[in-house]
Amino acid sequence: MLGLTKRDTILLLVVAALTLFAPFILNPFPEGSAMAQFNAGYPDLMQRFVIFGIFAVGFNILFGLTGYLSFGHAAFLGVGSYSAVWMFKLLSMNVLPAIILAVIVSGLFAVIIGYVSLRRSGIYFSILTLAFAQMSFALAYSVLTPITNGETGLQVYTDDPQYLMGPDSPTVTNLFGLEMRATYTLDLGPWSFDFNAGYYMCALIMLIAVYLSIRIFRSPFGLMLKAVKSNQQRMNFTGLNTRPYTLAAFVISGMYAGLAGGLMASMDPLAGAERMQWTASGEVVLMTILGGAGTLIGPILGAGFIKYFENIFSKINDTVLHQWFAFMPDGLEDFMVFLVHPFIGKGWHLTLGILFMLVVIFLPGGLVEGGQRIAAWVRGRKSAKADTATSKTEPAE
Amino acid sequence: MDAIILQILNGLDKGSAYALIALGLTLIFGTLGVVNFAHGALFMIGAFCAVTLNKILTISYVTIDATQKDFLGNPLKVQNTYVESWFGPNLGAAIIDWSVPLAILFSIPVMVLVGFIMERGLIKHFYSRPHADQILVTFGLAIVLQEIIKLFYGANPIPTGAPEIFRGSLDFGVLLGFDPNAIIYPYWRLVYFLFATAIIGGVFAFLQFTTFGMVVRAGMADRETVGLLGINIDRRFTIMFGIAAAVAGLAGVMYAPINSPNYHMGMDFLVLSFVVVVVGGMGSLPGAVLAGFLLGILESFASMNQIKNLLPGIDQIIIYLVAIIILLTRPRGLMGRKGVMEE
Repeated sequence: MLGLTKRDTILLLVVAALTLFAPFILNPFPEGSAMAQFNAGYPDLMQRFVIFGIFAVGFNILFGLTGYLSFGHAAFLGVGSYSAVWMFKLLSMNVLPAIILAVIVSGLFAVIIGYVSLRRSGIYFSILTLAFAQMSFALAYSVLTPITNGETGLQVYTDDPQYLMGPDSPTVTNLFGLEMRATYTLDLGPWSFDFNAGYYMCALIMLIAVYLSIRIFRSPFGLMLKAVKSNQQRMNFTGLNTRPYTLAAFVISGMYAGLAGGLMASMDPLAGAERMQWTASGEVVLMTILGGAGTLIGPILGAGFIKYFENIFSKINDTVLHQWFAFMPDGLEDFMVFLVHPFIGKGWHLTLGILFMLVVIFLPGGLVEGGQRIAAWVRGRKSAKADTATSKTEPAE
Repeated sequence: MDAIILQILNGLDKGSAYALIALGLTLIFGTLGVVNFAHGALFMIGAFCAVTLNKILTISYVTIDATQKDFLGNPLKVQNTYVESWFGPNLGAAIIDWSVPLAILFSIPVMVLVGFIMERGLIKHFYSRPHADQILVTFGLAIVLQEIIKLFYGANPIPTGAPEIFRGSLDFGVLLGFDPNAIIYPYWRLVYFLFATAIIGGVFAFLQFTTFGMVVRAGMADRETVGLLGINIDRRFTIMFGIAAAVAGLAGVMYAPINSPNYHMGMDFLVLSFVVVVVGGMGSLPGAVLAGFLLGILESFASMNQIKNLLPGIDQIIIYLVAIIILLTRPRGLMGRKGVMEE
């Protein structure tokens, strides 16, 4: 279907089904029950899932295929956000021009940065991208204040020109009148499910993004990028100039990041410089590695995983912990709470850091490799004579 | 003229910190071939060694002084530190006052130990893996260390003072024959610079004039041959990792009075120190030191008002700009050897 192999079609359909039914899947616990705090089916969080999914999928096109580790990808996200908000300020609150401009501007930005950074590889490339991103961050905070509104962050004011704004146009972000924050709540007994217009738009765009990324992975172009990753020197020796290919990959992944930034601004018309800081770049690296770099589904899994647990872990506090360990004797209960306390609430980053280290050390293929190993182990148990060759890590694509 | 000297002096203390961190980074890269993203965290742990010692020294007990009243009319509660009651008020107060310099002694074993644990426990397993993996795992370690510190000390900066006699400023201009108050320079920054020079000199002397240092240098040049000569080069490299950690830690200890330690100070310095290493040339120790001071001074010149008016925002980006230009025109850096990580 759509030029995909059967396996890839199934993958795409699974992703489509997951995003379509996400409001149900993420809200498995009835409202008001003790487990309701694990629900993640509210619009704001679901939007973040798919937006960061797009960001990570784009990052994976660069890092997963070519092996170039960029530590400055958040710059494109920030540029995308800024240009989207400018479209809101100048034209109207329609998100379509905003998203299109975000992609174009971040693409141009990526051409410039990529052209310079890709002249080096390895750690030098990482440092160059980091330097560019930090420069953009510093400039957005200081000199570019007329464009970026400095520390306050760029936002839409009532006295902005908004040339396309009719007298009865909506004043919140919308797609030709469909407001992004419009939410339909379905109550089924004790359950309640939120269906949010903004989420479904982002989800649709993510599906297109994933489809494009599958096509890129399967194309001759993608094969060329993989060849660059495995041995760039040999490619050069065969008389091939690899730089146009890596530059194209860099620009595509920059445009994905810009798209994510534009969507972020479309959901909430704000843009601040902190989106460009290198910690934000680090986050997308974490997502991609945690999910599985170089695999198709990995980055989406990683983004969902990190955003979900960030949200859940931050909500757990000592009271909740005391409830969990209530079955233990008092002294032991307090001790368990004391033990777990550093890892929850504000300590979420500690958990994330440890998790990330464990993944890099033991599971370089990320969650996807973990899943494959478990699958292989289960299969191996089922058929004892299964040859070990299948249990070896097969590139998960 | 006095403005130029002032900017050079201003750049020296930051430059010293860059140089010390970059020196440690280069030592680790040169010996073990590992790109250590957790080095900034070591700097931060050093600064928190100073905080910790200060806290330990000021542990106090409360006595009630019946002869004095507080503003509510109750007997005054007096905080007495144990140190003062053990060593007498004069010596005790002096010990507390000098807690930051004393923390140097305290931090060396701590940092060496942290370095050993890091190298033996984690980084050892990453020698044969690609640089990207090394960057990622040390990046994760940096997050973990930073969060652990945040857990114990909170997110706010903790002011840690220099000893009383170093709190003032030196009127440097008078010494050189300028008007009074033309060049004012705080004593502690001068101390920091001298300290950094001493440490850097010590490291170089150690590498240059001791047998141990000679073996390490030989190992940096050709690890395999040194190993074939029957020398346990791995153990020596581990010790060098400990030394590099101690250098970063000492830089942090002495930096505490200049900038109140907070949990993300390591990351802030790390990014810049990496840029310094790259500018100086990967694997070149003199290059790292030179580039550290050079970029520190350059940064302070860029923050002069005359230059800022000419090129707004230049002080924010000058270091990155220099790094980009250097990387594109001379990828091995100022003093890098040909062929070391040139790609």
